[in-house]
Amino acid sequence: MVSGLINANPVVYEKKERRVRGATAVLDEYAAEPIDQLEIFDHIRDIKDPEHPYSLEELKVITEDAVEVDDERSYARVTFTPTVEHCSMATVIGLCLRVKLMRSLPSRYKVDIRVAPGTHATEAAVNKQLNDKERVAAALENPNLVDMVDECLAPSYA
Amino acid sequence: MNFADGEFELKEIQKLEGHTDRVWSVAWKPATGINGVPAVFASCSGDKTVRIWEQDSTGSFHCQAVLDETHTRTVRSCAWSPTGKFLATASFDATTAVWENVGVDFECVSTLEGHDNEVKSVSWNKEGSLLATCGRDKSVWIWEVLPGNEFDCVSVLQGHTQDVKMVQWNPSMDALFSCSYDNTIKVWVEDGDSDDWHCIQTLGESNSDDLTIKIWSDIDKSQDWHKNAPWKHVCTLSGYHDRTIFSIHWSREGIIASGAADNAICLFVENNDNEVDGPTYKLLLKKEKAHEMDVNCVQWNSGDRRLLASASDDGTVKIWELVRLSGQKL
Repeated sequence: MVSGLINANPVVYEKKERRVRGATAVLDEYAAEPIDQLEIFDHIRDIKDPEHPYSLEELKVITEDAVEVDDERSYARVTFTPTVEHCSMATVIGLCLRVKLMRSLPSRYKVDIRVAPGTHATEAAVNKQLNDKERVAAALENPNLVDMVDECLAPSYA
Repeated sequence: MNFADGEFELKEIQKLEGHTDRVWSVAWKPATGINGVPAVFASCSGDKTVRIWEQDSTGSFHCQAVLDETHTRTVRSCAWSPTGKFLATASFDATTAVWENVGVDFECVSTLEGHDNEVKSVSWNKEGSLLATCGRDKSVWIWEVLPGNEFDCVSVLQGHTQDVKMVQWNPSMDALFSCSYDNTIKVWVEDGDSDDWHCIQTLGESNSDDLTIKIWSDIDKSQDWHKNAPWKHVCTLSGYHDRTIFSIHWSREGIIASGAADNAICLFVENNDNEVDGPTYKLLLKKEKAHEMDVNCVQWNSGDRRLLASASDDGTVKIWELVRLSGQKL
């Protein structure tokens, strides 16, 4: 077990300026607005990295462009870039993304999470684990892991 | 049964609510739904319980029992012994519980321990003399059923290099099939009388989440298949589901039902118009939006009505009947 942080000196980027949504005349109060890229990004941008007191957005682990969404098909895909190629926190970050979206999006949504191609040494293995529903369900029954995930998600509920 | 003519529908008979988390699996109790015996099935869930459902004289299913306070984590899979006397339930809590069904009561008579972590599947052999379990610890365990509700582990099969997701006994002989996260399926048989189980064939090596259904056959029956690798890939069904296929089940008339993460259920029948050597299959129907979320399991009842049970992430179990569109009984 390696002691110390995987990546002790991450590069920290400036947060993107948040766009305020324009107020539009809503004729039908009950009409659901289609979920778009920005809305999904807003759910995940403030998730804290497991090792550092910075958000995934600040570390450029995720960007708005890395979110793909098709509301009509109830589908979304988030591609994240771990800060280092052999980051062992990749599965934890992926799990955090999945849990946050599971709690924030309507249950009709199908979500795929993947690491950006070429950015991780065991990309196929990480992707496979993150998209294996049975493995994810079992992991979320592990109280230690759930605590870790909840801690990372706390800042994103504001 | 000729499915080539006419059109068919998978009619929703009932939606059963009760579980408070996703339902992973369903299993029909053998010899029910036939000869006047009301149909019974078990469902197991992420809510750590197993529910027993029975059909009444009006045809509706209701929950007869809730098996709780035994498993401490998700119950992933359940299987009835061939006579229906026992129900085995496999859980993420690393144990497999065996329940005895006496009348309407269920009592946990044994807890099988041994797996290092989540048990994912359980299956009884044709005689009801052996039980197999498998899990994330990459192993397959074979248990012998002894008098007095005792279960003894007779073999731990190592061979898969990653999680073993499902085990199933061949319905006519004691050959065990296991399928794994390592993208292979292994066939295990016993070594004569030595109580030693070994792998006689490994099938696969292609991506196991490739959205296809593959059919294998032991067509060449002339060989003594305890010694040779008899299973050959004969057919692939692709393009019918666009997300992970979680479950597949053959009815006793050869209708294949599949359930997937695209919320749909597909039914396939053998294609008799084909000139090609060997069996091919075609889609009979696709039931889109069968559930509001992933379909985790589909199981045909083997009684007199063509009933199909499906379990979903939406927490419900649905009962379907395959009928002709014209309303005629099949």
